Amino acid sequence: MRKTMTSLLAGIGLVLACGTSVYAQEKELTIFWAEWDPANYLQELGNEYEKETGVKITVETTPWPDFQTKAFTEFNAHGDAYDMVVGDSQWLGAGSTGGHYVDLTDFFNKHKLGEVMAPATVKYYAEYPGGSSKYWAIPLEGDAVGWSYRKDWFEDPKEKEAFKAKYGYDLDVPKDFKALRDIAEFFHRPDQKRYGIAIYTDNSYDAMAMGFENALFSFGGELGDYKTYKVDGFINSDKAIAALDAYKELYTFTPPGWAKSFFVEDNQAITENLAAMSMNYFAFFPSLINEASNPNAKNTGFFANPAGPDGDQFAALGGQGISIVSYSQKQEEAVKFLEWFIKDETQKKWAALGGYTCSAAVLKSEEFQNATPYNKAFYETMFKVKDFWAVPEYAELLQQLNQRIYPYVIGGPGTAKETLDALAADWNATFKKYGRGQ
Amino acid sequence: MATTMITTLDRSSRAAARGLSDISIRNLFIIPTILFLIVFNIFPLIYSLGYSFTDFRASTNAPANFIGLQNYRDLLNDPYVWSNFAITAKYVIISVAGQLLVGFGVAMLLNRDIPLKGLLTTLLLLPMMLSMAVVGLFWKLLYDPSFGIINYALGLGTFEWLSDPNMALYAVALTDIWMWSPFVMLLSLAGLSAVPKHLYEAAAIDRAGPFYTFFRITLPLVAPILMIAVIFRTMEAFKTFDLAYILTSQPTAELISIRLYKMAFQEWQTGRSCAMAYIVLIMVLAITNIYVKYLNKVKER
Repeated sequence: MRKTMTSLLAGIGLVLACGTSVYAQEKELTIFWAEWDPANYLQELGNEYEKETGVKITVETTPWPDFQTKAFTEFNAHGDAYDMVVGDSQWLGAGSTGGHYVDLTDFFNKHKLGEVMAPATVKYYAEYPGGSSKYWAIPLEGDAVGWSYRKDWFEDPKEKEAFKAKYGYDLDVPKDFKALRDIAEFFHRPDQKRYGIAIYTDNSYDAMAMGFENALFSFGGELGDYKTYKVDGFINSDKAIAALDAYKELYTFTPPGWAKSFFVEDNQAITENLAAMSMNYFAFFPSLINEASNPNAKNTGFFANPAGPDGDQFAALGGQGISIVSYSQKQEEAVKFLEWFIKDETQKKWAALGGYTCSAAVLKSEEFQNATPYNKAFYETMFKVKDFWAVPEYAELLQQLNQRIYPYVIGGPGTAKETLDALAADWNATFKKYGRGQ
Repeated sequence: MATTMITTLDRSSRAAARGLSDISIRNLFIIPTILFLIVFNIFPLIYSLGYSFTDFRASTNAPANFIGLQNYRDLLNDPYVWSNFAITAKYVIISVAGQLLVGFGVAMLLNRDIPLKGLLTTLLLLPMMLSMAVVGLFWKLLYDPSFGIINYALGLGTFEWLSDPNMALYAVALTDIWMWSPFVMLLSLAGLSAVPKHLYEAAAIDRAGPFYTFFRITLPLVAPILMIAVIFRTMEAFKTFDLAYILTSQPTAELISIRLYKMAFQEWQTGRSCAMAYIVLIMVLAITNIYVKYLNKVKER
């Protein structure tokens, strides 16, 4: 018995000793992000940092559907598993007011990041509350929703002729939502297993919201007033109603079974010859110009979200900023990494690796804009983006949006006005619950 | 009473030689289990009951305020929550009834002398041994309107099993029936083989018809064990999450557990989701109690 006890204690001792030796390794930083290509690019960038400074950077990832849950579970437990997190723009409210993010306002002002980074990225990836000049993240991966299309279908002389005969104008990259709709209708041929358009419809996180926002913002509509939290007359305005109906109509030109689609399905629409046009985040476009992942790579073109009927042109914002987790034991090391990250030459490297830099100077450079077929559309888009609510209870607002809009778009009963009036009532109740505005 | 239930320790055993008494051995086995139960089950259960009366959100630093029954009131007044309950009830009925029918039917077919009976039974049990998430993922492929094998085999064209709001719940239930019928089959087989053969012989001598034999001999004797299958499957179906979550996002197939997950881990409404979990717990307890009462009645007969 005593012998077993002794060996058991020795074993425990050994385990503890190993544990402490791991913790003793100060020169290592862990960044948490979702599992996708940009995270791999960030790991490569981190390897460069290790070469220069000897500090090891590990980018830990998890699939998108778990990302929010896993990150917040760690935050709520005040865990120090991650030193930095590349969090979604909507998390800013919860991350800052919940005390999970380190306040980076001084860092921001010291390095004049408000001028270095593109204005929209500062506004949506870093600042909370809106207009407060308090910053919680450094814009890292710029992203927005854009479009890819089949150049070969669009440039086919027969198609061009038939399109002109039917609609009275030339078939070209759509400049506005009317053209987008017409082209979708034109190419929608279920008998040939070809469909008009691929849009976002998944209602489990923010896909549905991002897709609808693309229409809403270009139609001149708004989700609400981000300062006063007033939503009546915004989300249920005539412009918003027209936008919702336009989005619902686009759904009728999608491939069969398109009721739970997000970035994977929308890229498949292009690679599997399903649709003429497909909505997606710019971050997923690199795989569309890669012949290994897209057999139609040579025939795939890109365009920015088109304008609405009144000429407004905006797009839904994706993308993330990088924040320091307040429970991290290595905040000073993390600050050093961020100082390196915001340097111009690092930002150039980041863009060259495939990351979407938010640095205004790099974005504006000819070199960047000509690097890929979609960079120009990305540059144009990044200066006219808008985002969802970033308040701590954004997930409730998102759930309410999904609950109201999803059934309507997928073919449910009611009218766009009823749907959006009901959504406005839900949002009012939620804002009231948390004592906002009113 | 308690002491007579414990087997006395053999005096020549090693444990006795070390001076361990019966009581200390009992404690050695029972105390860790009880501690484990208290720490990981009972304590969180009571703790979450406390949270259910507050507006606590795990994602913020704001202190939890006591709000009485507000969470319960809000939830029970929320038409979406009621629709989730209605969907769950519909799902439980379809799925358990389907499993009972298919499982018991297959058991009847297998309850005779056929070649390769053992192998056949084992193969039929395979679906049940798979992980729910895996079943969900490959049935999603099977149901796919563009390349799914189900539409191809049945000649249904591009029928949208999972995207059609009216069909999605049935599609999930169908998958659940496929997966869990073997479980009912297994229990039914055990019950069927326990029916004394002489009863059938007596019925045959009395020239009883097959229907009469089934309803008067087979069914009453297998009923208690079928009830157990129903209890297990109802509880499981009530808390189905992974299968439905993976297969579809149709609001018409949003089961109560999915709503609960979203509330707790996407919206971080911790207090309210605790209240919701309690409502679900009470419902499951109530339903199980009805079954158990009925089971006891069946056994008495």
